[in-house]
Amino acid sequence: MAKVKGAVTVNIERCKGCDLCVAACPTATLSLQPNEVNDRGYHYAYMSNADACTGCCSCAWVCPDACIEVYRVKID
Amino acid sequence: MEIKDIIKEENKVYSKPELLDNVHMHYCPGCSHGVVHKLIAEVVAEMGITDKTVGVSPVGCAVFAYNYIDVDWIEAAHGRAPAVATAVSRLWEENVVFTYQGDGDMAAIGTAETIHAANRGENIVMVFINNAIYGMTGGQMAPTTLVGQKTSTTPYGRRIDLNGHPLEITDILATLSGTCYVTRQSVHTPGAARKTKAALKKAFENAIAKRGTSVVEVVSTCNSGWKMSPVKANEWMVENMFDKYPLGDLKVE
Repeated sequence: MAKVKGAVTVNIERCKGCDLCVAACPTATLSLQPNEVNDRGYHYAYMSNADACTGCCSCAWVCPDACIEVYRVKID
Repeated sequence: MEIKDIIKEENKVYSKPELLDNVHMHYCPGCSHGVVHKLIAEVVAEMGITDKTVGVSPVGCAVFAYNYIDVDWIEAAHGRAPAVATAVSRLWEENVVFTYQGDGDMAAIGTAETIHAANRGENIVMVFINNAIYGMTGGQMAPTTLVGQKTSTTPYGRRIDLNGHPLEITDILATLSGTCYVTRQSVHTPGAARKTKAALKKAFENAIAKRGTSVVEVVSTCNSGWKMSPVKANEWMVENMFDKYPLGDLKVE
């Protein structure tokens, strides 16, 4: 069975750390940076558990600032 | 497989729509406006109507929508977006015109324009962001505020005897002969956002086919005005707003 593996990139300066992508992610891939902030002082989102990502785009759909890009590959 | 092998242009499945300008949006973190802007930008681009789409932005938080979505825009006086949209769609019939309004704009000061534009069956799309509050001015009670909901002008909750009932403007518009498509959606989950995108597409198709007025209400959050975190605001919306404003199509012709 073909498995899918995904990854996301976050536009750090666009991210406002609203946490909606973290709540929407079904595989608990994303977290907000616990310490780091962007230029506006927001704790931006990042892949804390990158191996779990399936590239389902849930985070990107709910992101109000369109700062998430999603990539997906099939692995045979 | 390494992450750098996955993050390649050919594997990209989702990115910021091109029509969404690369500027910082002034909305609060987690605001539903951003999601709806993104969906409109996607729908307009996918339908290939970028050059003939004209938006009419309201007074309210979304007043700067013209800075964010790269189509033609007009900024209307408070509540008058449907009247301005009427003029644009009648004078340039080849254009696809939509208004983007909040509840204070559409259901309070602009009630007359809203109802009469819909009653005339103007070939426009009305996108209605209902967050049950005046977001921009500091969270005052709006016509759509729920009974018992605390706002800065109803600190003990909205009372029917003092403040009247919440106004279901979308249900009123669904009873008018001029409307062809009236729906109520939300953007709090990926599934809900997908449905809203489909609803917006249908509404724009109606405008192109000149079938009458389409109304897409998006039940939204105002986490700053509600004094909650964005995630909590979404939960509160599901628990409280959907009883009064149930999701689904109210009218499809």
